[in-house]
Amino acid sequence: MSKFRKDGGKELPPISTASLPDIVFMLLFFFMVSTTMREVTLKVKMRLPEATELSKLEKKSLVSYIYIGEPQPQFQKTFGKAPRIQLNDQFADVSEVQDYVIAEREARVEAERPMIVTSLKIDENTKMGIVNDVKQELRKSAALNINYSSRRRAER
Amino acid sequence: MSRKMPEIPSASLADIAFMLLIFFLVTTTMDVDSGLRRRLPQWVDKEQEDDTDINERNIFVVLVNKNNDLLVEGDYERIDNLRERAKEFMENPFDDANLPEKEPKEIPYFGEVMVTKGVISLRNDLDTQYGTYLAVQNELVAAINELRDELAMRKWGKPYSNLDSEQQDAVREIYPQKISEAEPKGKI
Repeated sequence: MSKFRKDGGKELPPISTASLPDIVFMLLFFFMVSTTMREVTLKVKMRLPEATELSKLEKKSLVSYIYIGEPQPQFQKTFGKAPRIQLNDQFADVSEVQDYVIAEREARVEAERPMIVTSLKIDENTKMGIVNDVKQELRKSAALNINYSSRRRAER
Repeated sequence: MSRKMPEIPSASLADIAFMLLIFFLVTTTMDVDSGLRRRLPQWVDKEQEDDTDINERNIFVVLVNKNNDLLVEGDYERIDNLRERAKEFMENPFDDANLPEKEPKEIPYFGEVMVTKGVISLRNDLDTQYGTYLAVQNELVAAINELRDELAMRKWGKPYSNLDSEQQDAVREIYPQKISEAEPKGKI
């Protein structure tokens, strides 16, 4: 058992840290590739509903988002507790949805416009009234591809 | 100029990389956005709305009220049973007179097949919770997906998602995803 012998005679050479930057760079590249930039700060609280028949949204650049939910606590003083719509970085009214959709469409290349998907991120406790108004607005502005954003439910 | 350039110290390289790493950790998200994909019907003006009469037996009526209760074809139903009910409706295995009619249709790979004329109609109250609404939608989509899967298994021995696009088209024609959403009324 001479391998585990304790002798103070020899000192261990210090671990080389020359490869540390390489390791960190590797991690960095991993995160750069596998994540996406946060594009908006959420102003509404959301707990997405659960579903099983999910499909992934493949091209992030073709997706525009509409958020609906109760305002975050710090905004409740000014906006109240009733569910609100959030477009881009601010609260919006139902009537502004059409303008938003058109602006989103203008921002894309013409060839990609028919493939735009509107992702509806809606809190599960929202009443259907507001959701329905938004859906009607989307129909009016011919944004027919929608995606009800939801979490994966564990199979029963 | 025989003087050698002093080597640039690389001790701080790790720190710089760490800083970048932390920056990316904070400003990015990893969540893959997934959800239930649906297509909205084209917008029609009130005047030119067509009231094509569909035979009573061809409609599978699902109502959701403001207390999140389900009324399926006239009787209360739990959400767990909805998938089975919808599957039975779309498939109509014994040509029941109360379940939807079928019409013969020429479909590649299958030849002439009896295709159901059934339509699922979903209507909700304005006060229905979104969570319930989505759960109902999910069950209805799941019912059709399961039927497609079963058919694909019977015919080719592999699930629907593994078929090539022409085969998928054929299967889709036999079990179309006909879920119509009526405009919600204040009260049901």
